[in-house]
Amino acid sequence: MGGDGGGSFLALDELHVRFSDTVTIGPVSLTIERGEILALLGPSGSGKTTLLRMLAGFERPDGGRVRVEGEDVTAVPPARRRVGMVFQHYALFPHLDVGENVAFGLHGTRDEGRGTGEVVAQALALVDLAGFERRKVQELSGGQQQRVALARALAPAPRVLALDEPLSNLDPSLRERTRRELRTLIKRIGITAVFVTHEQEEAFDLGDRVAVLSAGRLNQVGTPEELYERPANLFVGTFVGRANVLRGAAARALGAAHGQVVLVRPEQLRFGAGGSALSGVVAERRYTGAAAFFQVTLETGERVEVQAAPDAARVGERVRVGATRTLCFADQGG
Amino acid sequence: MTRDGGRRGAAGWGVALTLLLAWLVLYPIVLLVLDGMHGDALRAFAARGGEWHALWASVWISLASVVLAAVIGVPLAFLFEWFEFPGRKLLGSLIALPAVLPPFVGVIAFLFLYGESGFAARFLQYLFRFQQAPWHLQGPGAILLVHAYSMYVYFYLFTRAGLARLDAATIEAAQALGAGRWRTLTRVILPLVRPSVAGAALLTFMTSLGSFSAPYVFGGGFRVMTTQIFASKQNGEMGVAMVETVALALVALAGLALLRRSEGDAILAGLGKGTAPQRRTLRSPLVRLGTTLAGWGFAVLLLLPHATLILVSLVPYATWTTETLPPVLGLVNYGRLFAEPERLEPLVNSLWMAAASTAAAVALSLAAGWLVVRRRAALRRVIEGLLALPWALPGTVFAVALATAFSVSAPLQLRWVLVGTVMILPLAYFVRNLPVTGRAILAGYRQLDPALEEAAASLGAGPWRTLRRVTLPLLRPALAAGASLAFVGALGDFVTSILLYTYRNRPISMEINAALRVNEMGVAAAFGVVLMVVSAVVLGIGARR
Repeated sequence: MGGDGGGSFLALDELHVRFSDTVTIGPVSLTIERGEILALLGPSGSGKTTLLRMLAGFERPDGGRVRVEGEDVTAVPPARRRVGMVFQHYALFPHLDVGENVAFGLHGTRDEGRGTGEVVAQALALVDLAGFERRKVQELSGGQQQRVALARALAPAPRVLALDEPLSNLDPSLRERTRRELRTLIKRIGITAVFVTHEQEEAFDLGDRVAVLSAGRLNQVGTPEELYERPANLFVGTFVGRANVLRGAAARALGAAHGQVVLVRPEQLRFGAGGSALSGVVAERRYTGAAAFFQVTLETGERVEVQAAPDAARVGERVRVGATRTLCFADQGG
Repeated sequence: MTRDGGRRGAAGWGVALTLLLAWLVLYPIVLLVLDGMHGDALRAFAARGGEWHALWASVWISLASVVLAAVIGVPLAFLFEWFEFPGRKLLGSLIALPAVLPPFVGVIAFLFLYGESGFAARFLQYLFRFQQAPWHLQGPGAILLVHAYSMYVYFYLFTRAGLARLDAATIEAAQALGAGRWRTLTRVILPLVRPSVAGAALLTFMTSLGSFSAPYVFGGGFRVMTTQIFASKQNGEMGVAMVETVALALVALAGLALLRRSEGDAILAGLGKGTAPQRRTLRSPLVRLGTTLAGWGFAVLLLLPHATLILVSLVPYATWTTETLPPVLGLVNYGRLFAEPERLEPLVNSLWMAAASTAAAVALSLAAGWLVVRRRAALRRVIEGLLALPWALPGTVFAVALATAFSVSAPLQLRWVLVGTVMILPLAYFVRNLPVTGRAILAGYRQLDPALEEAAASLGAGPWRTLRRVTLPLLRPALAAGASLAFVGALGDFVTSILLYTYRNRPISMEINAALRVNEMGVAAAFGVVLMVVSAVVLGIGARR
């Protein structure tokens, strides 16, 4: 595959689709660099899966374009698009064994001549399942099934890897480790990858950049740091990371203008001495080890969460709270 | 869901399939109503008391069949699903055996067993030195006996399936809330299996309404609507036959509507998932023995018709007259079946017509499944309705409707003369097969995760490869189940055949009928055994997972 580096590797241009009068996805424009991992993050119904399915060719957009290496693939059917897909429930073929599943996509490709068995063995070795060819799909654990799905998607050497909630079917205890392994593997192969998730932690851990969607709209694309430190709007600010949202008098006390809303993260609040703007009573303390989260009921009636050293305050104590950093947004009500 | 271009592309195919189905299943009925509703025929129908008697007989026979079949089938289902006793597994499958007897074969087996010169009568005559047979197997009682025997299976199988799907947790919940055994049964278990029982009731009602073999053989002077239609057609009164057919169709549709309304769609809905309740081992040795004996006794009773059929098939022509048991046994009849070309021909006819009609029904149902479930074509409800329609109408109705539609040459009205040709009978089998294959294949398609086909596409497989390597292998259980039921139904069909066959494509059932007429019981029974064995083998293959 050539690729002279001119323009981005994968581009979605003004992609949009309309399901009904009230449900519209897009228009969304995104570019993804070669070898980059992009996370599509959003609550359910935000259109992230639809976007992924338009990329893979399962959903036809009402307008806009999908380009891979400058080639317009919008009208190319999934079978000829060379986008490898890992499905949420893996969609492994239950009537075929592991080897046959992985070999399925090698039909009619140049690799068939080179010996399908060799390619299958390589793909399985890649996901740490060497020698699993003759196993039945049903005999595998959830984590193994996920890796077979990955090997199957990678075996035909696709240009792009698409993953639909790839970790949602795993035990929580397995998820974090698998996440790390998945990222290492994708980076080692160097394939461009797009994956869908509704969990911020997963998006931050696995993605080089994260695209935040809500109600069919793209809110912001950026690195995890950018999203956390400089959210484009209140939705991104609250969806990504913990956040206190203050309005009215409390907001003005933290420096907001009239009609603005203040977003301040728990670690950006501290109990303090003079100059602290808010006062209230500690209602609850939740200990997490290195730090503790304190729920403070302000005199204005609002509650804020403060992250501080575990011994910074006691429940029932009257405290003053100051902010080291705040973000102000225009208040759109709510 | 693909609500996109694929849907638009499927629209054309959806319209094409809808039109084809409408021409096959709806058009003949419409023509039947239009052609049949003439003043003369209507007046003749209304004026004859016999017509109203026959109509009423059809209704009450069907209702009584439902009650009888339920009384036998439901308790059996509870017994086999809930209690553990020696031989439960084997008996549980034996007990479904009436299903492998095609209706007409079952009827002749009953004739050989309980008829005036059957084994039971001869045995009693021998025991008590009666001069004559102690009973006549004739009239409504005989019909009901056959119906109860062959249709309790519906109640048995449906109720067992419903019980197996019960979540043990719901029963435990009732008990934890202080409900005793009786209250748990009446307030929790019965309401939960009601949809299954209602489904069986509907199936039994429709089957006995369309039942022809039993009234034809045992009715005597007692006529139900199906035999009345046949008689009118034989007498050349095609107009009256049409009116009778429409009347029978109306009763069927009314029955269907009433039951569907009272039960809603619950009839077709599944129950919750969960672990089925544990079977209880019968502890008391006396109860255990009693249950086991009763179970085996019942199984023997159920298997008697099959055994009778086999025994009679071994009796050479004119060797058995007044003896209690046949004096000579041999394989002569089977030899004649396969050696005499005019006897082999019906066998070949039945096989090719059943195979061709099943293949066509499977192909059409696959197309319907793809359009209805996968493409969600705009006309999907219409397509599903048309596929199910032949099930809602007795076989006699469809036979007369097809005979009406295809007795005229009017290519512009899409009518050709098929009556009297070899084609009309396989066409009728095909139409009658559609609900069977359609239901199985649509259900199979619905259980198939669409992501599997998408996975194939994302791995570079085109539509044909996806169909061949992924869709068809995964649909195999549904295909096998639907196809085997359809094949067996067509193979053993009597009612459609008797109205539409020609000499050149006479099926097995017509040959059995002819053999009975000339008292060649052995040959008739041998044909029956062949049908029974082929049906059992095909159903066995179809039920394999």
